[in-house]
Amino acid sequence: MKYLVCISKVPDTTTKIEFTDNNSKFNESNVQWIINPTDEWYALVRAIELKEANGGTVTVINVGGAENDQVIRKALAIGADNAVRVNADPSDAYFVASQIAAHAKAEGYDLIFTGKETINYNGFVVGGMLAELLDMPYISLAAKLTANGDTYEVTREIEGGEEVLEVSGACVISCQKGMAEQRIPNMRGIMSARTKPLTVVEASAEAPLTEVVSYTSPPARSDVKLVDADNVEELVKLLHEEAKVI
Amino acid sequence: MFSENGIATAADFKQSQRTDQYNGHDYYLIDDLLSGEHKMIRQAARDWIKAEVSPIIEDAAQKAKFPAQIIPGLASIGAFGPYIPEAYGGPGLDQISYGIIMQELERCDSGVRSTASVQSSLVMYPIWKYATEEQKQKFLPGLASGELIGCFGLTEPNHGSNPGGMTTRFTDAGDHVILNGAKMWISNAPFADLAVVWAKDDNDKIRGLVVERGMEGFSTPEMHGKWSLRASATGELIFEDVKVPKENIFPDIVGLKGPLSCLSSARYGIAWGAIGCALDCYDTALRYSKERVQFDKPIAGFQLTQKKLAEMITEITKAQLMAYRLGQLKNEDRATPAQISMAKRNNVEMALKICRDSRQILGGMGIMDEYPIMRHMMNLESVITYEGTHEIHLLITGMDVTGINAFR
Repeated sequence: MKYLVCISKVPDTTTKIEFTDNNSKFNESNVQWIINPTDEWYALVRAIELKEANGGTVTVINVGGAENDQVIRKALAIGADNAVRVNADPSDAYFVASQIAAHAKAEGYDLIFTGKETINYNGFVVGGMLAELLDMPYISLAAKLTANGDTYEVTREIEGGEEVLEVSGACVISCQKGMAEQRIPNMRGIMSARTKPLTVVEASAEAPLTEVVSYTSPPARSDVKLVDADNVEELVKLLHEEAKVI
Repeated sequence: MFSENGIATAADFKQSQRTDQYNGHDYYLIDDLLSGEHKMIRQAARDWIKAEVSPIIEDAAQKAKFPAQIIPGLASIGAFGPYIPEAYGGPGLDQISYGIIMQELERCDSGVRSTASVQSSLVMYPIWKYATEEQKQKFLPGLASGELIGCFGLTEPNHGSNPGGMTTRFTDAGDHVILNGAKMWISNAPFADLAVVWAKDDNDKIRGLVVERGMEGFSTPEMHGKWSLRASATGELIFEDVKVPKENIFPDIVGLKGPLSCLSSARYGIAWGAIGCALDCYDTALRYSKERVQFDKPIAGFQLTQKKLAEMITEITKAQLMAYRLGQLKNEDRATPAQISMAKRNNVEMALKICRDSRQILGGMGIMDEYPIMRHMMNLESVITYEGTHEIHLLITGMDVTGINAFR
């Protein structure tokens, strides 16, 4: 079985967020980068578990510049067998999906994993677009996947409950909590990651469909107003006139 | 390996509900000088610590029990002999990686770091540097994987700062030697599978030899009643007519330079490690001071608190730069024992002062085991004394800059 895991590079969750270029670009200086958590903890680890159980290879793919190689090496340290980096700026979801699709078409994978969303721009459509471009079924928000040959039983979270689906043949799965548990790379893995193949390919000639105009930070939190427990009248007045919720 | 010594296992410890919120502090962007692999090693160590050690460390320290269940994890993150070559089962990393791992361990607890320091620098290092090829093959892979745990016997009850006065000695008895004497203050001793012991031969020369558990006349009673390094096990090594085969003697190293080279390697690890304690205390105090409100504002807003915090991060930054530069010199094999001594002394004293200021910022909460500060402070009272006391390190620098020996 050939497994492909799409990984995104995102800022560490403690990063101080600032923008440059007239608020149209994220200020990347002094940022520590990590693998997008749902890509790493759920998509990558589940693919490695399936490989360990049934054999096969796990390839990770990332779209980005050479500075991304470090997070890709971490995926190799965790247990992926090889990696592909498409050497291009991941400017929008369509561009990223089309680059991954070009690679996946040429290589032919049995199962493609993504995380459920990225923690930087709340992106979650690459998986769906990828499935469409590859003409494969797509299952989002998967919390559990069991394989029986090339038939998969997939449990999805839905509002207030869960849904169990069955799918056969190559497909794209976006993964969330429940799918697997985070694996900390051990020293053996870190050492073997040095020599695992990381292939850099140039981007195909697709153009992004969207362009970022600007970002705005959430407004700073204002001071808390404490209302005396006995002063219900004042509380109602504030909720009505200032918070405008009643 | 552990059961006969009554060493604690996973089931003996209560899991803390407190989340380890630690985040590194890097005021001068020293991370830019690290490789991607350095950062990956650090993150793996930190993640493992947070998942496996932080939840039990306070309980282990309170109960004064070494948590033996962390040994496989220590091996897995590469904490046992990080710079030992791959041919002997180590990961073959550079000295900065070694420093980084020691810092992450000591950020959690100096006792945990001590277990790894002893294994790496005081046991694996001398075997790697001074043992025969057969000895290296026999011991190093097991020590790297944590299947074997080692300890180091230099200090004696009456010979601490003056190890050259040791009275432990061995006499030639044909194909083996007979070892007699006692060592004290030995980390890992109660459960160690082997000990690297320094003793005098028939010519009054200091030699190193490997004593293995099970050799008749060799015992390792645990020392109880420590108020420091409570999560690590400390003991004595007692040799009563122990027959040690001659092949267990390091063939070529003679004199104090053998054990002192080991101490230099361990001290280098402490120079990095102590910064971990300082960072954990600073991180705790900074967070607490922004949340704790007195006189209607966070105490971080008061000048006396800011003075403490500003001085702490300044001292941490200086220590980080010192450790990093020392790591570069170690990588180039240019670091002198005196340079290492200076960093060990400075960084441990710095960390101890930061513990005390952090404890002061937390007020009464600072003494509780809900926070790590008091434990670090008590641990550092050992760290400022072992591997060369603070005073001896001052004399080392003093002698280095004046050329005059003030030890005697």
